[in-house]
Amino acid sequence: MIAAMAVLLGLQLMGEVVVQLSGLPIPGPVVGMVLLFIGLRWSESLPDALRTTAETLLSHLSLLFIPAGVGIIQHGARLVDEWQALLAAIVLSTLITVAVTALVMRLVIRLQSGARHDG
Amino acid sequence: MDKVLTNVWVYLTASPLLWLTMTLLAYLAGLWLFRRSGGRAWFNPVALAMALLVGVLLLTGTPYPTYFQGAQFIHFLLGPATVALAVPLYLHWDRVRRLFLPIVAGLLAGSLTASVSAIGLAWLLDGSPHTLRSLVPKSVTTPVAMGIAEKVGGIPSLTAVVVILTGVVGAVAAPALLNALRIRDDAVKGFAMGISAHGIGTARALQISSLAGAFAGLAIGLNALLTAFLAPLIVRLFNLTP
Repeated sequence: MIAAMAVLLGLQLMGEVVVQLSGLPIPGPVVGMVLLFIGLRWSESLPDALRTTAETLLSHLSLLFIPAGVGIIQHGARLVDEWQALLAAIVLSTLITVAVTALVMRLVIRLQSGARHDG
Repeated sequence: MDKVLTNVWVYLTASPLLWLTMTLLAYLAGLWLFRRSGGRAWFNPVALAMALLVGVLLLTGTPYPTYFQGAQFIHFLLGPATVALAVPLYLHWDRVRRLFLPIVAGLLAGSLTASVSAIGLAWLLDGSPHTLRSLVPKSVTTPVAMGIAEKVGGIPSLTAVVVILTGVVGAVAAPALLNALRIRDDAVKGFAMGISAHGIGTARALQISSLAGAFAGLAIGLNALLTAFLAPLIVRLFNLTP
């Protein structure tokens, strides 16, 4: 588990270095994720310890958002003043995004399988 | 006696231990309530834990920076957890590769819809320019979204809150909405939840299936990349450049 944590943190670190050097507008951890993926594909194996650690972290992913979420306490005045705009952006826009993403994806899957049947 | 208690309190609030422990306890309480409710979507563990902690901070008059000194250790794990998303992606790579075109289409449509609909709706309802700019990365995972908000002249801490509430809404409502739309493919479900509701949506998608979780994780990474590039353009499109 310690080795697996070292791998995850080490790749995040490498990701941060890549971002600093290249000036890419991408966050370090995302680059780290790409690096880990490339490493896994290249070695064509997933060590058990890494798999277990990754799955444990991801099974409690939502816990990790709580500290930033509690920051809502600092924005009381803005939430009261602009509640309609924020509510619409948070609730309506999110539902629209779920629907649009899923429908577009399904449409393209159908077009693709249709094309395959025709061909 | 009062003085002893005050001393203990002063000691505890000066160390990160108290709020680190409180955050874990609040999350456990949120999970417990969620399970007690029979897994009802409205009893979202993150929302419950946030409400509990906000209540405790207000009651004890604790400022947020003091709280965050302890909670930052949990916040920090968002980094390695993002890296770890490569694991489900690796495990389901065959399926991902076969769905390359639908993924690209869903990503472009979903990412643009998330930013443009959020900013557009808030603009119609008289949101201030600072708020509008803070909304652009609202479907992107927190650490990335805060970075984008800073770049486009939004308020990073407001963005974090909006992002998390967005995640909670997605986790609560997306499964029912997707069922109503008769989406049966777990890959599509997961991808839509990851695009719209980032890590909190992914946590929910992982409960549906490992495949849904893998597609949600993939969506987080792709959406973070694309929005980082698109956000400055969208801000210019709405004439909001600070």
